[in-house]
Amino acid sequence: MKLKKSTVNNLISFGIVIIAFIICQTMISTGVMKRSLRGQMIPICVYIVMAVSLNLVVGISGELSLGHAGFMSIGVFSGIIASAWLKGALGLENELIRLILSMIVGGAFAGVFGALIGIPVLRLRGDYLAIVTLAFGEIIRNVLNCLYFSLDGRHLHVSFNNPSIPGTILVNGPNGAKDVDKIATFPVGFVLILFTLFVVLNLINSRSGRAIMAARDNRIAAEAMGINVTKYKMMAFVTAAVLAGMAGALYGMSMATVTAAKFKFDTSILVLVFVVLGGIGNIWGSIIAAALLTVLPELLRAFADYRMLIYAIVLILVMLITNNPTMRALFTKLVPRRGAGQKGGEAL
Amino acid sequence: MSETTRRRQNTKMVPAPSHGIIPERDLYSSPVLEARHLGIEFGGLKAVEDFNLIIGRTEIAGLIGPNGAGKTTVFNLLTKVYQPTMGSVMLNGHDLNGLNTVQANKLGIARTFQNIRLFDNMTVEDNVRIGLHNQIKYGMFTGICRLPGYWKGEKQQHEKALELLSIFDMQDLAKVRAGSLPYGAQRRLEIVRALATNPSLLLLDEPAAGMNPHETEELMNNIAKIRDQFQIAIMLIEHDMNLVMGVCEGICVLNYGRIIAKGTPDEIQSNPTVIEAYLGKKKEG
Ligand SMILES: Nc1ncnc2c1ncn2[C@@H]1O[C@H](COP(=O)(O)OP(=O)(O)OP(=O)(O)O)[C@@H](O)[C@H]1O
Ligand SMILES: [Mg+2]
Repeated sequence: MKLKKSTVNNLISFGIVIIAFIICQTMISTGVMKRSLRGQMIPICVYIVMAVSLNLVVGISGELSLGHAGFMSIGVFSGIIASAWLKGALGLENELIRLILSMIVGGAFAGVFGALIGIPVLRLRGDYLAIVTLAFGEIIRNVLNCLYFSLDGRHLHVSFNNPSIPGTILVNGPNGAKDVDKIATFPVGFVLILFTLFVVLNLINSRSGRAIMAARDNRIAAEAMGINVTKYKMMAFVTAAVLAGMAGALYGMSMATVTAAKFKFDTSILVLVFVVLGGIGNIWGSIIAAALLTVLPELLRAFADYRMLIYAIVLILVMLITNNPTMRALFTKLVPRRGAGQKGGEAL
Repeated sequence: MSETTRRRQNTKMVPAPSHGIIPERDLYSSPVLEARHLGIEFGGLKAVEDFNLIIGRTEIAGLIGPNGAGKTTVFNLLTKVYQPTMGSVMLNGHDLNGLNTVQANKLGIARTFQNIRLFDNMTVEDNVRIGLHNQIKYGMFTGICRLPGYWKGEKQQHEKALELLSIFDMQDLAKVRAGSLPYGAQRRLEIVRALATNPSLLLLDEPAAGMNPHETEELMNNIAKIRDQFQIAIMLIEHDMNLVMGVCEGICVLNYGRIIAKGTPDEIQSNPTVIEAYLGKKKEG
């Protein structure tokens, strides 16, 4: 059977990610990788998933979202609670199964919130999504700051602004979650990246993906072709929220303590920076930018005073590389990117 | 010569002053479109007023008039891009009142745009596939998981898209970026994309604009061919009188938002009001 060009491209991108994983895993097991860098492996996976999923909203469906960290934080806390409940109430000891189930719970909760925001906002024309997601990120952080969760035997207790609840405290308001079961692993993070790429790339190269991009490129023409624009914008937005929730759950269970304050506006903007630097609509660029800029502060620790200077230089380099026409043409060959603002490759 | 072509040549036009412009062959089937007292105001400006028109099942109708007469606005009203402030539109017996553009398209009305609105960064084939969106379906989950329905749907879309492109002999351009096509080809692609939505009424807004005389000639033949092949009604806005008079069976003339004349090409050409308002005096020779 002759494979389609997009299928071949997808296989190549999967291959590159798998090779990168094998290299990292070998470096870890042979002890070549420094300890500090080893601790960065899960955050790298998390931020790659965050960047790729945000790119689905910003690049592929053409809507600006400024609250992606909000979905991540929902995933973090619902994942941590789910994990503790599965262990405490159901006695599920297997860490891998517990991790995966918690990630599914995290994704589901984030998806529900995504739908709740998307249903009213995506019906409107204009940049309302940016404003509402910005507010959502702040509101969810402040609400989480006031929420207390505890597990009393099999029962889950929730209270608002009142720390005195029975049982062992899981989430302690502004102090966040403490003594989290650190069950997240790098291989699972890698699998989450593959899952994200699988979902996003297959979505783009399907009937639904074409409808999403049609709605982005020319709303009036898309509607004249019978495409329900709101429905397809929702599809992209909720899918991205689910993926961010799953990444959040993984992130939560890789840290001993997490507080809601971590997921403020800055984090949403950081992920947006990855997307913009990697090239809007360019999935491959998002992966590189997220990976590079997440490890960079750690790698530059040795340079002490010059750290921020070098960080700035690398930012500019990433921007130049991902927006250079020849490099873009190369990326287009590697990853199908029928994205917006694609001025480079004329022929397809 | 096909049955339908012969039938078309034998058709005698029956102008119906109180209604619209219906060719005889459509007399016994219900009309595809009925617009009654249609009108819209933009902040006091009556862009279209008391627009009445009936289009037969397989009629080719023309909508002409000077610049700013309200022709494109009529298309926007029929496709529900604008909600009319007065009157009603019936499409295939369904009242379009309260419906949106998407629903109107699903009921069988498709259009092209005066200022071309292609998906420039997508391939020619993908543009047509977007037109096929509601014709060959499979769900999001099927698409992501690459279930058998995905492969079947993609194959059908691919074959149907090439078949539709072959109307204008464009099947070899399937992999070309739509935005890099020459102007004339972009106009043709818009027609193919609109046809892909399986309409019963196709609205063409200045399809020959920017085309050379040879291309226009070809387009004229293709418009008739499309009607015969798909058995649909076509309404076109055009400033090229050779095309309008050559291909349209009924013509409706608009001036300052109002219909000033309806009839066959011959009647329109000899109508003094139309000559005064739009066509101008015939040149000698
Ligand atoms: N959205 C709108 N808001 C305000 N006025 C409008 C709007 N759309 C159209 N008009 C006005 O309605 C009138 C008719 O415009 P329309 O585009 O329908 O003309 P047309 O017959 O298609 O002309 P042309 O031959 O130049 O394409 C014009 O005076 C135009 O300014
Ligand atoms: Mg016009």
